[in-house]
Amino acid sequence: MKKIFQYVFVASVVVFAACQKNLDRNSADASKAGGVPPQNEVYVQGDQMARPAINTVFVGSARKNEFNTTTPSAMNGAFYNDFVNKLTAFGYTTNILGLDKPTFASVLVTDVLNASMTQPTSFYNGTQVLTGRALADDVIDVELTLIFGGATGASNPGLTSDHVNGNDKPFLASFPYMANPH
Amino acid sequence: MKKTKIFITALVCLFVIAGGILLAADHIDAPAVTSKPTDITDVYVFRGQNPDNMVFVANTQGLLSPGATADAKFDEGTMIEFNIDNNGDNVEDLVIQCIAKNGKMKVYGPAAPRVTGTISYLNINKLSVQTDITPYGQPPIIGEEDGIKAFAGPRDDPFFFDLVRFRQVIVGTASSFNNPGNDTFAGTNVLSVVVEVPKSLLGSNTTINVWAESKSATGSTSVN
Repeated sequence: MKKIFQYVFVASVVVFAACQKNLDRNSADASKAGGVPPQNEVYVQGDQMARPAINTVFVGSARKNEFNTTTPSAMNGAFYNDFVNKLTAFGYTTNILGLDKPTFASVLVTDVLNASMTQPTSFYNGTQVLTGRALADDVIDVELTLIFGGATGASNPGLTSDHVNGNDKPFLASFPYMANPH
Repeated sequence: MKKTKIFITALVCLFVIAGGILLAADHIDAPAVTSKPTDITDVYVFRGQNPDNMVFVANTQGLLSPGATADAKFDEGTMIEFNIDNNGDNVEDLVIQCIAKNGKMKVYGPAAPRVTGTISYLNINKLSVQTDITPYGQPPIIGEEDGIKAFAGPRDDPFFFDLVRFRQVIVGTASSFNNPGNDTFAGTNVLSVVVEVPKSLLGSNTTINVWAESKSATGSTSVN
């Protein structure tokens, strides 16, 4: 039994270490400056995000930190094959948007959140497609359906929805839109 | 003996895979690790209550319990930066930069970045609005200046997902989701930054591409 814990501990240390971001910084100058952050100070990237769960699902653990520090215009060049391989592993052929595997991989790999300046916002509602991400959008079901749902969205019914359809608290109609904390 | 070896190998693989998902998920650090101020859990971009405005949300420090929320703080060495591409080349044309300072969240921009990519400089002359960071348990404090609104503080995590079941499906201990599912994020909080800006400040393109970055101050004026 002890050996199992040793193996698990080593594995967990390896995984934790792999995901430690380089946060070395000297913020002494920042606090000395009073109410104003210092001039000309360099800020380096730690975390990055656009669409939900993209890094989680499509990028292997060994490259997740690299994905987080890759600028979007460089993502296609660096990660396109990873996304194609993952779609292959999922058995992907097509989806309700009619995208073949290379096209869908291209859409996904450049991880930016598209938003319309003219249309109402919806991640996907049948009419609006990727016009933004609203708080109430069930982005998980949308992404699962686009990956596993096939041409009609009806394939793999056990995988195309997590059956959690809304937030545990109602959103606010006005700024700042998210509910008070628990 | 062989059976034990196979079992151990499987257990290690299971843990590494599950750990990888846990750590790498935009939402989740490893359970044993406290949420870091640089962790972005979610990004939202949507039309405001006033349809002439766009709202930008970045949530950080996910899975805060109510008890932990009272102690959660924005880090003054962390810039939360919304990158906005408004000409379709996936390179940022505008940035909105948010930095906490002495209990206030200061919002700079939207303005052109000095450089593009993974290094940033603060647009220090482009302060648009600042607001007191809302303490836990108080109604939201809102800053507003020239049509730009800002909020920073704890919020109910708006994300909803049966992540536990998803992990089981990924590693093969379940073959499908449950119906109904269980929201892993119910009852948890995040530290949010919300900025609402008039669309007129975002350029004239009909679409924008947005991504959020958290960036750490290096204490240096040189890149190396």
